[in-house]
Amino acid sequence: MEPNPQSEKWPLWEVFIRARQGLDHKHAGSLYAADARMAIENARDVYTRRNEGISIWVVESNHIHASNPSESDSLYDPANDKVYRHPSFYHLPDELKNI
Amino acid sequence: MHSSEQELFNHKIDQEVRIEPKDWMPEDYRRMLIRQMSQHAHSEIVGMLPEGNWITRAPSLRRKATLIAKVQDEAGHGLYLYSATETLGITRDETIEQLHAGKAKYSSIFNYPTLSWADIGAIGWLVDGAAIMNQVPLCRASYGPYARAMIRICKEESFHQRQGFEILLTLSRGSQAQKEMCQDAINRWWWPSLMMFGPNDDASPNSQRSMQWKIKRFTNDELRQKFVDVCVDQVKILGMGLPDKDLKWNAETGHYDFGEINWEEFYEVLKGNGPCNHERLEARKKAHAEGRWVREAAAAHSMKKNNLNTREIYGTQSAK
Repeated sequence: MEPNPQSEKWPLWEVFIRARQGLDHKHAGSLYAADARMAIENARDVYTRRNEGISIWVVESNHIHASNPSESDSLYDPANDKVYRHPSFYHLPDELKNI
Repeated sequence: MHSSEQELFNHKIDQEVRIEPKDWMPEDYRRMLIRQMSQHAHSEIVGMLPEGNWITRAPSLRRKATLIAKVQDEAGHGLYLYSATETLGITRDETIEQLHAGKAKYSSIFNYPTLSWADIGAIGWLVDGAAIMNQVPLCRASYGPYARAMIRICKEESFHQRQGFEILLTLSRGSQAQKEMCQDAINRWWWPSLMMFGPNDDASPNSQRSMQWKIKRFTNDELRQKFVDVCVDQVKILGMGLPDKDLKWNAETGHYDFGEINWEEFYEVLKGNGPCNHERLEARKKAHAEGRWVREAAAAHSMKKNNLNTREIYGTQSAK
């Protein structure tokens, strides 16, 4: 039978792993799989071979939307001049305790 | 705009800020990474073949379990690297196609045969040892996805080298025949392992560029020297020797001098004339071809389950 590259196309999935109870799921990598179940099973085999995780999320990569580096200025610069959002901005006497 | 993007890129490289997939990067940088990372990925996958040869014949259940785990790791390492390569704008299919068409290279070491069980020990100790020497500095490579893949790989790979050394150590304490097997494997794998670091610095035109871009951190010869120094001490624990009559301590340099590498052999293997080049590539192509029906069946099953018609699915995928 002639190879038909279209008929064997699997979508790309992004894999997120929760390392321990109480932690967030963190991006671990990506893989191809025909469906969500296969993606989770493959993620188990690839990303949790040494007890790295106790929970897996997979999401098809084409559902992830990302900000663009060219937008960095408009997105993140405004935070630069708002140091008053950090506790160290406020000068208080050393005697003041429990604050 | 272009020059300022180039400046921003240079600035990031200078300041050790990692380059990420969506950042602007020079085309040559992208090309160099695609070439190096895909070669690296292919090496992991092809590297499974010489070892797979011994899984069914491993001498004990313990050895079999560890060898399977090691080969499975290598499949994972191939995946990490293919995924990282894809972030540079080349598809997985394209990289695999380049391998199967003989256009992309993989590490020349995997074109040597694994003749005895001791070879599995020698591969772990020397081949993985050389790979680790190369890979540890790549954990600081300037391209983020590559560096992250390398961190994961290095973490997993240290067991590979230890299990290899343990195999050789066991043989070195065995019968006379086992000792000879151990020495024979070291003899055959030593020089090809030294070749893994690539051509001498003066014959490696890409190295300088790669170091300027902070993809590589050390030259081929620096890493090779480090490897030789380490192995000379380690082989003593095995009570074995390294097959190099020119090997001797140089008090002036603080390193071991070693003999001339047979570069003619290296380039011949690279050109495709090594003992197993043909066999390795055929095995890869066969596995890919024979797995086709599985890929198709899984895709068909998924499609049916999602109750989508084929036009919809393929329409969106071919649109990119």
